[in-house]
Amino acid sequence: MTTLHPTARVSPLAGLRHTMTLAWRSLVQVKHNPFEILDLSIQPIMFLLLFTYVFGGAISGDTGDYLQFALPGVIVQNTIFATMNIGVMLNSDLTKGVFDRLRALPIARWAPLAGRIVADTVKQAWSVALLLVLGLVMGFQVGTGVAGVLGAFGLMLAFCLGIAWLAVLVGVSVSEPDKVQIFSFAVMFPLTFTSNVFAPTETMPGWLQVWVKANPVTVLADAVRGLLTGPVQSGPVLASLAWAVGLMLVFAPLAVWRFKKRV
Amino acid sequence: MTNAITAEGLVKRFGGTTALNGVDLAVRAGAVLGVLGPNGAGKTTTVRILATLLRPDAGQARVAGFDVVRDAHRVRSAIGLTGQYASVDETLTGTENLLLIGRLLGMSRRDAKARAAELLGRFRLDEAAGRAAKTYSGGMRRRLDLAASLVGRPRVLYLDEPTTGLDPRARNEMWDIVRDLVADGVTVLLTTQYLEEADQLADEIVVIDHGRVIAGGTPAELKARTGAQTLVVRPARRDDLEIVRAVLADLAPAAPELSEHEVVAQVTDPAVLPAVVRRLDDAEVVVAELALRGSTLDEVFLALTGHRAEITEEVAV
Repeated sequence: MTTLHPTARVSPLAGLRHTMTLAWRSLVQVKHNPFEILDLSIQPIMFLLLFTYVFGGAISGDTGDYLQFALPGVIVQNTIFATMNIGVMLNSDLTKGVFDRLRALPIARWAPLAGRIVADTVKQAWSVALLLVLGLVMGFQVGTGVAGVLGAFGLMLAFCLGIAWLAVLVGVSVSEPDKVQIFSFAVMFPLTFTSNVFAPTETMPGWLQVWVKANPVTVLADAVRGLLTGPVQSGPVLASLAWAVGLMLVFAPLAVWRFKKRV
Repeated sequence: MTNAITAEGLVKRFGGTTALNGVDLAVRAGAVLGVLGPNGAGKTTTVRILATLLRPDAGQARVAGFDVVRDAHRVRSAIGLTGQYASVDETLTGTENLLLIGRLLGMSRRDAKARAAELLGRFRLDEAAGRAAKTYSGGMRRRLDLAASLVGRPRVLYLDEPTTGLDPRARNEMWDIVRDLVADGVTVLLTTQYLEEADQLADEIVVIDHGRVIAGGTPAELKARTGAQTLVVRPARRDDLEIVRAVLADLAPAAPELSEHEVVAQVTDPAVLPAVVRRLDDAEVVVAELALRGSTLDEVFLALTGHRAEITEEVAV
């Protein structure tokens, strides 16, 4: 133990270790929380099955064709939506006093936030892998190759890192965990659906197309589609990365500022 | 002996409300300080400042030799916090909670596991070790909270209302645990709303009201000032109330309080009881009820401040 001659500050390496320990904690929570398992596994599977087999025929004329179009979209929609869970978990840590205990420990100040985000990345990677495997079983054909699939993975997780800060901002701003879910349904749900994840943009009314084309969710869906089914389009990939960085630049300082005010 | 905790002139404001208005404290190493006060008096705010969770707006504090603002990280290495707001993770099991803290404190996986098992055994939680903390009873939850704050073997321990809401049996258990810790040499700062708890555990007591320390001393000194016990006399006939008041005013150190049906007085000397009985008998007053009981915090407040403890909700921040 280091209590006898404590150091004045936390080294970055120790901070990284604290982050990993707290990420472990977030992942152990999944084991005990049936709702998270539902969010991370059952919900994506249900979305993919429902959209492919119920709506797929009507939208594309053939469920197989629709799966090629929709799988990348379901991956994008599900990942962005599930990332908001960070906000729910953070908020319950704040309201239940877990954060106070963590902050009274000699650990890096940023570790509790970073731990949540690292754990979320692992969870999203699990959901994306699950959807890909299920998609392949259902007949999805990867038109690119291993590099394309890995690229899609990397791009999804990078985008998650950006949107995670919005989740953190909401999580530290509202008074109770339920309100994060209200935000998810009121803002994230329409945001992810008014894109081309489930239906081609051309089928929508003109006024909606204007928004759908500008929506970063569409940009990301185009990029992931390219990476999985080919041909790879560098435009949407770069635009998605720019969005990820932009989201982080805007929301990370805001979230940290609100967080410091809150605790 | 040096002081493990010293605080001078702590001030904390939240918006327009002043939570602390110049709090001074000192706790000798190895001693127990009881901080007594009603809800909203500033007890929790004081603990949060001493635990580095809040910065004071003015004043300074040192814990285990380190300044709580400038050397916050070193203070955190020396303290344990168990409080109304510092909680374990309900979704994790008892073992997982203690393992988490051990690992965060830099223990190896093996050491953290051993320490967790040791503490769970010590607090009789070994059977519940594999269950999620949300399934624990109130008393078990508090014991796990306390175990979590002891993982790093702190030299200074804050117990923020450790028994509020517990039944008498669980409360007695908690008291025994605290006594054991003190025997191990840990310095304890304990906040409580119960005079009896402070009396049972503390070497010294400070009374806080409206963000200020309004009295301090050993439990014996405080009792001598305020009356350790409360004498209640209810005459059978209300016409006799005035006679009863006069008798008690004669015998009790402080002025008695007159209500519609009874007279209440703070007394320090139990021998006052037979004297009261004799005097009332001489005056031919028939007594319907005569009781001597321990003073409540409310009565101590009344004696110290002349006003009743105002029960308001503590500002949770």
